[in-house]
Amino acid sequence: MKGYILESLAQIMGAKPSRPEPGSQPEELKEIYREKRGALTKADVEAARHTHKKTCCNKWQRRRWATLVAVNLLFVVSYYFDVQVLEGALTASRFVGFHMADLNSALQVVLAYKHIVLNLVIGIVTVFILWALLGGRTFCSWVCPYHLLAEWAEYLHLWLVKKKLVKDHSFHRGARPVFYLVFALLALFTGYTVFETISPTGILSRALIYGPGIALIWVGFLLLFEVFYSRRAWCRYVCPIGVTYGVVGVFSPLRVKYNAVNCHHEGDCRKVCMVPHVLDITIRGQARAVNIDVAADCTRCGMCVDVCPTDSLNFVVKGLGKL
Amino acid sequence: MSGSPNKPERRRSPLSPKKREQNRREFLRTTALVLGTAGFSLLGFLPVVQGKSLRLRPPGAIKQPHDEQQFLASCIKCGQCVQVCPVSAIKLADLNEGLGVGTPFIDAREQACDFSCDGLQCVLACPTGALTHDLDFPADSRMGFARLARPNACLAVQGQGFRGQARGPAFQGVLRYEQIDRWNPIPVADHPYDLDLCDLCVRQCPIEIRITACAEKGSATNGQRVERVAEQLGNECPPKHAISLQPVLSEDGSSRMTPIIQEGCVGCGVCEMICPPEPPAIVIDIDKTTDTVNS
Repeated sequence: MKGYILESLAQIMGAKPSRPEPGSQPEELKEIYREKRGALTKADVEAARHTHKKTCCNKWQRRRWATLVAVNLLFVVSYYFDVQVLEGALTASRFVGFHMADLNSALQVVLAYKHIVLNLVIGIVTVFILWALLGGRTFCSWVCPYHLLAEWAEYLHLWLVKKKLVKDHSFHRGARPVFYLVFALLALFTGYTVFETISPTGILSRALIYGPGIALIWVGFLLLFEVFYSRRAWCRYVCPIGVTYGVVGVFSPLRVKYNAVNCHHEGDCRKVCMVPHVLDITIRGQARAVNIDVAADCTRCGMCVDVCPTDSLNFVVKGLGKL
Repeated sequence: MSGSPNKPERRRSPLSPKKREQNRREFLRTTALVLGTAGFSLLGFLPVVQGKSLRLRPPGAIKQPHDEQQFLASCIKCGQCVQVCPVSAIKLADLNEGLGVGTPFIDAREQACDFSCDGLQCVLACPTGALTHDLDFPADSRMGFARLARPNACLAVQGQGFRGQARGPAFQGVLRYEQIDRWNPIPVADHPYDLDLCDLCVRQCPIEIRITACAEKGSATNGQRVERVAEQLGNECPPKHAISLQPVLSEDGSSRMTPIIQEGCVGCGVCEMICPPEPPAIVIDIDKTTDTVNS
């Protein structure tokens, strides 16, 4: 448990995933690795992938997209038809009258305003408990409207990369905690919520509910940047919201669990993952145990669960088992 | 995670020149990303420093006349105030207002706040206290202060009456006319006037309407004066008049009526909205309140 928390926090802060110390792996795991050595040819892996593709149907992606669209539509419908189910926007809202506040937006306001009212406290506590139960960065992939647009932009980017028309440029993941600190300090010392001004999450949520504006040009620019220059750059290297919810997710019982027994180590999961460092444990020889939870920087998007041909990755709730 | 002294150092092959070059480039790219994005976010300060983001804000907005720092800081940009407003007076600012993006404002000429929600719904909806809960009644708000900016355009000053739709048939704005519908605002275009002397700014002033209602309530009971009724009903009855038509001597020596803005004006903007001439004779100054004008 302690190992999971520290490892998760280190990864959120931009550290490379830690590798197991030599000799620290349990015999059982070493045996699994030994047995698999040379057991499968490339053709076998390709065959397994092929069979899986025929049976699988991107179950989690469909559920996730449906959820994301439903949540954002609920905001829109609630205002448009004045049914008062989910009022406000993603930065702060009321669900059937109960206050909710986005943790990062609330943090910015508290740092800038240096004063907090009861309603905001209620909103923060509610949302903290909600996402602590649901997985933290689950917010990113299951709710954030920018995530969905960025996901589509990512498909375009990957297609262009395949056609060798563009090249993916990586940044250091350490940039994101730096941004987190910069925007926290800016809020504290300037007294303005600087990050809110450029947050595509807030901009998109308000645009959906209250109508479009020129702020969408900034969102469009970010998407173009991701299509032509760097895959998923905003979510991977910039967005402080991801850091906030990542830390919340450290306490979450909802995780993706890796089981090394049947894994082919072919890396399909890392190819589809937005935060592939969390899946370094699936590389041959890098797991610390036969069963191991994916660290909290994971957005629980389920892409790896969908794509895994050997059912080695699964959603679990700690104490309850597989979902 | 790094090797402790009593453990053998794990062998690490030195980085190849290619890998080292890649790392160097990634570091430079990352530095550019941090500086570029942070720099862009700082552009948001420009409209604020230049005062271009100053706006007429909803009732209760925390602000000093020339300084909205506290309001912009405390607003979480969620628009819940927008959603509860029965006359849709509140809109959200766009990115051209920099750090003011997503904050609520009122374009009084298009649609003013006529307090037809009675209970200051926007204030109650605000989750962060950017619209402060310190005020209980419309008369407590300090949004701005009205000013007769173009006396020559004022129909009353010209001695003219007004007949027809106050802002023309195409005007979208709504007001609550209590004598027509106590609960629902109706389009101003659906409520034509027939006035011998134009007094729309006084007639539609939400503060004046409440004072009249209170006076009626008072006279219906035992003919008390407004101040007395206000005392009895608490601050729900505005304690001070906001605007009235008063006689003045014009240049040619004849007596004319002119709107005089008084201490009770809260700057809601209904006078600016209803004023028939284009541009309006009366406007709201957002950098003033009755406290700064009458202190």
